[in-house]
Amino acid sequence: MNRSFRHRHLLDIESLERDDLLTILGLSEKMWEVSERAVKKVPTLRGKTIIGLFLEPSTRTRSSFEIAGKRLSADVINISGNTSSTTKGETLLDTVKNLDAMRPDVIVLRHSSSGAAHFVAQRVNCSVVNAGDGMHEHPTQALLDCATMIKHKGPLDGKTVAIVGDVAHSRVARSNIHALTKLGAKVRVAGPRTLMPIDIAAMGVDVSDRVEPAITDADIVMVLRLQSERQEAGLIPNAREYSRYFGINPRNIELAKPDAIVMHPGPINRGVELEPEVADGPRSVILEQVSYGVAVRMAVLYLLGGGAHDELASQAV
Amino acid sequence: MIPAISPRRSKKYEGLVQTREVLDEAGVRRVLAKMADEIVASRIDTSRLMIVGIRTGGVHVAERLRADLVSRIGDEVPLGVMDITLYRDDVFSGLAKPVIGSTELPGSIDGRTVILVDDVLYTGRTTRAALVELMDFGRPDSVKLATLVDRGHRELPIQPDFVGVVVPTTRAELVSVLLREVDGVDQVVVRERRAG
Repeated sequence: MNRSFRHRHLLDIESLERDDLLTILGLSEKMWEVSERAVKKVPTLRGKTIIGLFLEPSTRTRSSFEIAGKRLSADVINISGNTSSTTKGETLLDTVKNLDAMRPDVIVLRHSSSGAAHFVAQRVNCSVVNAGDGMHEHPTQALLDCATMIKHKGPLDGKTVAIVGDVAHSRVARSNIHALTKLGAKVRVAGPRTLMPIDIAAMGVDVSDRVEPAITDADIVMVLRLQSERQEAGLIPNAREYSRYFGINPRNIELAKPDAIVMHPGPINRGVELEPEVADGPRSVILEQVSYGVAVRMAVLYLLGGGAHDELASQAV
Repeated sequence: MIPAISPRRSKKYEGLVQTREVLDEAGVRRVLAKMADEIVASRIDTSRLMIVGIRTGGVHVAERLRADLVSRIGDEVPLGVMDITLYRDDVFSGLAKPVIGSTELPGSIDGRTVILVDDVLYTGRTTRAALVELMDFGRPDSVKLATLVDRGHRELPIQPDFVGVVVPTTRAELVSVLLREVDGVDQVVVRERRAG
């Protein structure tokens, strides 16, 4: 049952309970309906202020949070890296303390350092949503991925999810592994050993050096972006060889279940980790993930957008 | 996977004692029939009618009322459901975030006469929220309000057009509309917090 969500911030999936995930996902279903209306706006967060601070490039996540906030009638402003005073040398702490002094209700933060959102959350009065912190977590991405999977596959208990590619650098993978294992899915990860975290098996997943065993009979194949901006030298020979051994293409995707879906958090390196025929093919739910992103973020902003979170036992008015 | 919406009646009524019965099985049936009669007699153009139940209590009242109406006018009447949670004025007033259900209207409300249906009319705040939400879906010709129970204590200038029964109450009391679909019995009772 939908018990109360008792968190002030959304910083990671790891510290959430299964029930928290189900609360957010259940609420997302309802928020989805708002996006299908002629007037895509409800007054719920009227008078609330949401600041998006995106100190790393972002298209999807930033616009998704902005749309989500606006559909709930919050005032949303976005600040991106190259227009913020961080380029003048201001520290992250000074920046967020100044923003916090303007009394926002929520700060949505994307930052290249793992732990940035936790660091900020301890030092501001408003709620903080982690929109991606370095190689750590990207909780709303995992939530929207789970929402998309549930939409197509029903409850995830016992479903097999193959996560393929650059797991080591991927906050998306980390958040998804936490979410999927909490929701009862079987998770396999595959990728070059140089792009696999050394502690990965401790997260309760099956690890493979090759793509084929991981995606065989999988219900869901999640392809990760090869993160060229985070590659140190020598982890992979080159993109072409990576594509040849770890790319998902029209041939190897046939190893998955006949009704398996293919996901990618975007942006896609077409022809590297994912062939266009698959990315645009009938199994692909990549654009649906984006649609669900708005609904999931509406749910998160609604749950964090102010007020106490005590159990309700009052008379309906 | 997606949590179901259930009224959690048992928990809601913890620490409450029933003080009096307002309507029994036959009474509920009688007042619903009376409301349907009044709607038919009100010269509303029934061909343009839409019944919209307000979640959660109004949904089954709306279904019953619609059945009574259909039997009288011999025509189908479209039925919708509205969840007003996102339009409430007390979402962030310290109460827990309420469970949200979805709003499902069976087509456009433009040009229609919409009858909003709730089980208990109390402060009027739910009705206000429902009116605001309804207008986001279009421009009905007119909106009417029907409630099985009017228990008084309005906080807004909102009055029902069709009332099953008026029940004088104190604010400490709680009016419960029990319906077969949810509770296995048709009954309206007043409960009060047990002393101590």
